[in-house]
Amino acid sequence: MTNFSDLLLLLVVLTDFWVLGTTRLSSVIRAAAVQGAILAALPVALHPGLSPHILGLGIGTLVVKAIVLPAFLHRAIREASVRREVEPVIGFTASLLIGAVAVALSFAIAQRLPLPESQTALLVPVALATVIVGLIVLTTRSKALTQVVGYLILENGIYVFGLSQAERVPFLVDLGVLLDVFVGVFIMGIVVFHINREFDSLSSARLTELKD
Amino acid sequence: MTAAQLVTLLAVLLVAPALPGLATRTKSLLTGRRGAPVLQLYADLAKLLRKGVVYSRTTTIVFRAAPTVLTASVLLAALLLPLDGRAPIFGFTGDLVAFAGLLGLGRFALVLAGLDTGSSFEGMGASREVTVAAFAEPALLLSFTVLVLATGSLSLGGMLGVPLAAAWSTAGPSLVLAGGSLFMLLLAENARVPIDDPATHLELTMIHEVIVLDHSGPDLALILYAGAVKFALFATLVVSVLVPLARFDPWIAMVVLLAGLALIGILVGVIEATMARLRMDRIPQFLVAASALAGFGVILLLR
Repeated sequence: MTNFSDLLLLLVVLTDFWVLGTTRLSSVIRAAAVQGAILAALPVALHPGLSPHILGLGIGTLVVKAIVLPAFLHRAIREASVRREVEPVIGFTASLLIGAVAVALSFAIAQRLPLPESQTALLVPVALATVIVGLIVLTTRSKALTQVVGYLILENGIYVFGLSQAERVPFLVDLGVLLDVFVGVFIMGIVVFHINREFDSLSSARLTELKD
Repeated sequence: MTAAQLVTLLAVLLVAPALPGLATRTKSLLTGRRGAPVLQLYADLAKLLRKGVVYSRTTTIVFRAAPTVLTASVLLAALLLPLDGRAPIFGFTGDLVAFAGLLGLGRFALVLAGLDTGSSFEGMGASREVTVAAFAEPALLLSFTVLVLATGSLSLGGMLGVPLAAAWSTAGPSLVLAGGSLFMLLLAENARVPIDDPATHLELTMIHEVIVLDHSGPDLALILYAGAVKFALFATLVVSVLVPLARFDPWIAMVVLLAGLALIGILVGVIEATMARLRMDRIPQFLVAASALAGFGVILLLR
């Protein structure tokens, strides 16, 4: 079972690269959805004993991160009718390279962290890498929608980190976090829609022109 | 040198021209056309070999030597690969660098020949070809690094031979990443979609095709044949990384290898039918992604 969870964690990193390297907004959202589905399978793979807690966590993640949020974001780009991330602050090739460096760094750092024994050695480095990639997307992309996806990726990284403690965290806390993300993305989606209606564009650079 | 090694090498050199044909035929069938026969390239080669050569007055010895240098370097590179999954016909410690260097030498000769014609189009093609190569080489060497770290061997014979079959149990994920990276390189190095379109004949969009515009007759036949062998070599690399050939009996390994080559030819055809060419400025991104894949494989092994 450890091998299977290792494979899932590798796929998480590959979806990170996918988010960094793609120009199409719908493809970015699809990558986030795929990552959500992988994350839903992770707790089940990590904790073979199927307790209701783990099962609930998996199903909750699947519904929120792989189905509801991507569907919501897809709706948002349809209404705002944007297709491409036109001019990121850092180019796609450069952000891929930075992402690769981030992965290398997180593997190097994770080795030096004093951590309790977890099931697989990959869990912490993958969590760190995903958080950093989320940060990169959040800070270097100019479209508000891509930034929402960056926030989602960042949260996914925190979720992976939390999985190492999944048995010890009460179920309610997990549910609360999921709800938080859901509400966060929901509000951002509404904001995105309003930005679009106000400015006819989703570029967050134009937010500096706000006046009352 | 065993009989199986020699027969496998000859078989690979013999079936190589069928691979581009297989890719083109798959693409044609998937896009609702009949397409040229799979063995079209053999007919083309036979026709070209019977024709005469035309040399432009501006060209020099560089232009005339290029096809020979290219073919010789590709054939030498073929000798370095362990085709039966055990040992290459000719191998030494560090021959992975020689392999990359030989392929680079062939490309260098071809690019020089393109520049030698003095045509602005070919100069442009040469510049693009070198741009692609500059991004492709790090990915190739990083993939080789994954293999070196996984097997602890510094020669192609060990990296793709017996130690590789043992390494699959410990370094599986990294090897899959290296295989994926090598497959992306196969598309780039052999001028296939999404990097280049072998079917295009518009000068502005060609990369590889444009360099060989001035070659004719047997010279062009040599270049086309060397291109097919290079395709087969990269396909061999991908197959032998993903399916360690040392697990099989030498003769069965040959059959597995040839089946793998055919499968890759078909896969390339499927990709060509389903994907569009990348815009020129997106090509580096594709190859950086290939490097990132292989680099991630290296990180996993260094842990």
